[in-house]
Amino acid sequence: MRLQLIAQEVWNGLRRNLSVVVSVVLVTFISLSFVGAAILLQLQINQMKGFWYDRAQVGIYFCGPVDATETCTQTAATPDQVQAVRDTLSSGAIAPYVADVQFEDRQLAYQNFMSQFGGTASAEFASPDTMNEALWVRPTSPQDADLIREATSAMPGVLEVRDQRALLEPIFQVLNTASLAAIGIAVLMLVAAVLLISTTIRLSAFSRKRELGIMRLVGASNRFIQTPFIIEGVVAALVGAVLAAGSVVAVVHFFLQGYVAPMLQTIAIVNLDDALLVAPVLIGIGVLFAGVAAAVAIRRYLKI
Amino acid sequence: MIRFDEVTKTYSRKARPALEGVSLEILKGEFVFLVGASGSGKSTVIRMVLREESPTEGEVHVLGQRLKALPSRRVPFFRRNLGVVFQDFRLLNNKTVYENVAFTLQVIGKSRGFISEAVPDVLRTVGLAGKASRLPHELSGGEQQRVAIARAVVNRPPILLADEPTGNLDPSTSAGIMALLARINEGGTTVVMATHEASIVNEMQKRVVELEAGVVMRDEASGSYRRQLAVHAEEEMA
Repeated sequence: MRLQLIAQEVWNGLRRNLSVVVSVVLVTFISLSFVGAAILLQLQINQMKGFWYDRAQVGIYFCGPVDATETCTQTAATPDQVQAVRDTLSSGAIAPYVADVQFEDRQLAYQNFMSQFGGTASAEFASPDTMNEALWVRPTSPQDADLIREATSAMPGVLEVRDQRALLEPIFQVLNTASLAAIGIAVLMLVAAVLLISTTIRLSAFSRKRELGIMRLVGASNRFIQTPFIIEGVVAALVGAVLAAGSVVAVVHFFLQGYVAPMLQTIAIVNLDDALLVAPVLIGIGVLFAGVAAAVAIRRYLKI
Repeated sequence: MIRFDEVTKTYSRKARPALEGVSLEILKGEFVFLVGASGSGKSTVIRMVLREESPTEGEVHVLGQRLKALPSRRVPFFRRNLGVVFQDFRLLNNKTVYENVAFTLQVIGKSRGFISEAVPDVLRTVGLAGKASRLPHELSGGEQQRVAIARAVVNRPPILLADEPTGNLDPSTSAGIMALLARINEGGTTVVMATHEASIVNEMQKRVVELEAGVVMRDEASGSYRRQLAVHAEEEMA
C-alpha cells in the first residue's frame, strides 16, 4: 500500500517537472561521462606503463675516446672496467634485481644505429668508432632500474646510465594531464548536477506544497514525506548514470577496440572488461550524489 | 486532555507577545469555543496544541504529553491523535472526496482493508455517503468542509481542533456544520473551536474562553460570545 503510494508520488513528481528532470538527466550523463573518461585514462596509463615498463631496459653506456666527464678521462673504457661493471651487476647485492644483461659492442651499436637512422643526416657522420659500448640491463621489475643506476653510474669508465622509462615519462605526463583535466571538468559538472538536483527537488516540493502540508498535519512520518523526493532525485540521476555508463562501454567497444586498437597494434588499449568495471562505479557515484543532494534539499525545504 | 500553564509566546519581531501568561485546562469530552478578535491569539493556541509552535515560556500538555519534551521526530506520531479543520478546508483538488479522506489513512500507513471500511463509514457520518467520487470543486462550501471534517475524524482522534471552520460559510450551512461538530463531540471527542461568530457561540451554549491581546479575559462554563452587560457594569463600577 505504502510502496504503491510512494511510487505514485515519485512518478507524479517526475512527470510534473519533466523539463527539469531532463536537464538533471543530461547534466548527470555528461558529468559522469567525464568521470568515466578520467577513470579510463588512468586505466590506460597503468596498462601502458605495465606494457612498456616490462620492455624498458637500463642502458649503461661506457666512455668513448672523446668523452670527458667525472668518470671518463677522454679514453675509452677498458675491458677491465666493463668487466667491473658486469661483476657489480652479478654481485650478491644487485643480482636479485637484474634479470638479464646484454653487451652491445661498437659494431653492434653501429648496426642498430644505422638500422634506425640510416639515410638521415646524422648517419653520414656515424662510424663504429663514434659509437659507445653499452650494457643493456633488464631489471627484474621496472622499479629496480633506479637501484641499478645508483650502483653503476659512478663507476670508472661509465659515461651514463639511462633508464628507458624516462623516455616514456612525457607520454604518461600528457595522458595524466588529460585525465586530470577530465576529472576537473567532471567535478565542475558534478557540482552543477548536485545543485540542479537540489533545485529540482525543491521545485517538486513546492508544487506539492498542499499535499505536504496535509501530510504533516495528519501525522505522516518525516521519512514517509521525504522518501518520494529522494527517490525522485535518485531516479533522475540513475537514468543519467546509466546513459553515461552505456556510452563509456560503447565508446570503448566500438571506437577504441573496434577502430583504434586495430591501427595501434603495439599499444595495449583499455578493453571491454575495463569499461564494464567503470560502469558500476559511475552508477554508484550518480546514485550516491543524487541521494545525498536530494535528502539534504528536501530536509532543508521542509524545515523552513 | 489539554493544559496550558502560564504560556507566553513572543515573536522576536513583535514587541507585544502573541500570548501572555495563558493558563487553561480542557477536559475530555468538552466542547470549547475560543473567541476573540483577529490577532487575539486564538490561532496561536491551536498551533501550540498541534505543536506547530512552542511556547517561549510556560508549558503545554496535550494527551498527557509535555510538548516541550516531545522530540521533533515524534511529532508526526503525536499529531495522529489530533484532527484539524481549517477555514479554507485544505482539500486536495485533484483527488475525489473518497481519496481525500483515504489519503490521510494511507500516509500514516493504515491497511487497505481498514481504509475501505473506515472511509465510507466516516462519509456517512458527515452526510456525504453519496458523494464519495466527486471532486472538491463539484461540492458546495459546506460539503467541502464536511469532507475536511471527515478527514479530520476518520482516524478517530480524541481531540478535534477547528480554526474558524464556518468562516467561509453562510449561516444556514454553518448551522449544519455546527450540528455535525456537536454530534462528533457527543461521541466523546474533545472539540476546540476558534471562531469570532457570535451567533454560533450563543446558540450552542458551550464553554467559552475569550482571548484579548493574548490574555484570557473570560472562561465561562456555558457562555455567550459577548460578556453579559451586568458583568460589564460591575467592572465599570469597581
